[in-house]
Amino acid sequence: MRSFSLIDFVSLFAALRWTVVLVVLALAFGAPLALGLAMGRISRFAGMRWTMAAIIQIIQSVPLLGLLFFFYFGMPVFLGIQVPAIIAVTIAYTLYTAAFLGEIWRGGLEAVKQAQWEAGSCLGLSLWQQFRHIIAPQALRLSLPPTVGFLVQLIKGTSLASILGFVELARAGQVVSAATFQPLLTYALVAAIYFALCLPLTLWSRSLEARLDGSR
Amino acid sequence: MNFLPLWRYQNQLIDGAIVTLELTVISALFGLLIGVAGAVALKGRIKSLRWLVRGYIELFRNTPSLIQIFIVFFVLPSFGLKLPAFEAAAVALSLYFGAYSVEIIRSGLDSIPRSQVEAGQCLGLSGWQVFRHIVLPPALRNAYPAVTSQFVLLLLGTSLASQVATDELFHVAGFIESRTYRSFEVYAVICIVYFAMAMSFKALFALLGAAAFRWPRRR
Repeated sequence: MRSFSLIDFVSLFAALRWTVVLVVLALAFGAPLALGLAMGRISRFAGMRWTMAAIIQIIQSVPLLGLLFFFYFGMPVFLGIQVPAIIAVTIAYTLYTAAFLGEIWRGGLEAVKQAQWEAGSCLGLSLWQQFRHIIAPQALRLSLPPTVGFLVQLIKGTSLASILGFVELARAGQVVSAATFQPLLTYALVAAIYFALCLPLTLWSRSLEARLDGSR
Repeated sequence: MNFLPLWRYQNQLIDGAIVTLELTVISALFGLLIGVAGAVALKGRIKSLRWLVRGYIELFRNTPSLIQIFIVFFVLPSFGLKLPAFEAAAVALSLYFGAYSVEIIRSGLDSIPRSQVEAGQCLGLSGWQVFRHIVLPPALRNAYPAVTSQFVLLLLGTSLASQVATDELFHVAGFIESRTYRSFEVYAVICIVYFAMAMSFKALFALLGAAAFRWPRRR
């Protein structure tokens, strides 16, 4: 046992690096997938809509912790080889991000009136041009506040990677707490760091919501 | 892949699922109580109370549920409040659910136009009658989808209680894994059980919602 010192403080902030890496990976792979899911959900082919809806339902009805364990232990079973834990964890966070962002963005796309598509088509734009130049910009504006809100969920969700042994912020907190026997100080500090990351995003999301709503 | 070794642990799985359901329902009930009380306080005239509720909401919505469970379980004992694992998880999850409930209930109440309240007053209804017959039914209907989806998220979120050794479903998974070494199979089955529970609740809430809110929506 030793007392809480500067080095513990530094180790918490160093572990924050992994929290950021996990968030960036989840967004980098999850966002394109989410766009695909959202576009599939508004497809004119019923089979496509149903498939995408089913995928989203399944991922949203399983705990994030379950997804993480499923892929952590499942990757060797599926592929027959050991893969680094970061790959399994990235797959789980990617699917989680894709399902939730996909559903948020679908809401944004559907909120743009059908007449906007028709107007584009009257101007002789192709389906892709209608989406790219008319629908997407309006949908983006509508879905930006909940997207930022989901980012907060994702940052909080990366704390679960600690359970698989990733030394990100939550895990570093457990280690420091066990070494110093100062759970109060350590966990308060960990919570404060998460809070400092998430609060600005929450406030930004709220101001976006107020601003975009007022201009409509 | 071999699921057979798991078969003899079905009783443990059922017990775990029951604890998960208990934890979910208890946390949801206390969370909703906090939500109603918080929404009333936000609507109230006492400024310090409003600030207190705002602070509570932001604090609990911007920190991970896992850390909140750790704090209740590991930190409160140093203040002489030592809770068993289930109770600690229930307290932490109630506070987490409560923070979301306050906002949901407040926005449900805010969704009723002021003119409707005034129309009720013009008809000579008392304050309670206006609330009971004019504000409450549409406010409930507006808040219902958000409350139910938050409930399903709570159900999935109870899996975090396994980290302080509450003997709910996810903790049972760890136990079976340690006995059978069938890690993937165990967690695949657990995911299916959570999926089944979540889908059942979604179906139940859809039916309840359709039965309870039958009057037509104004367009």
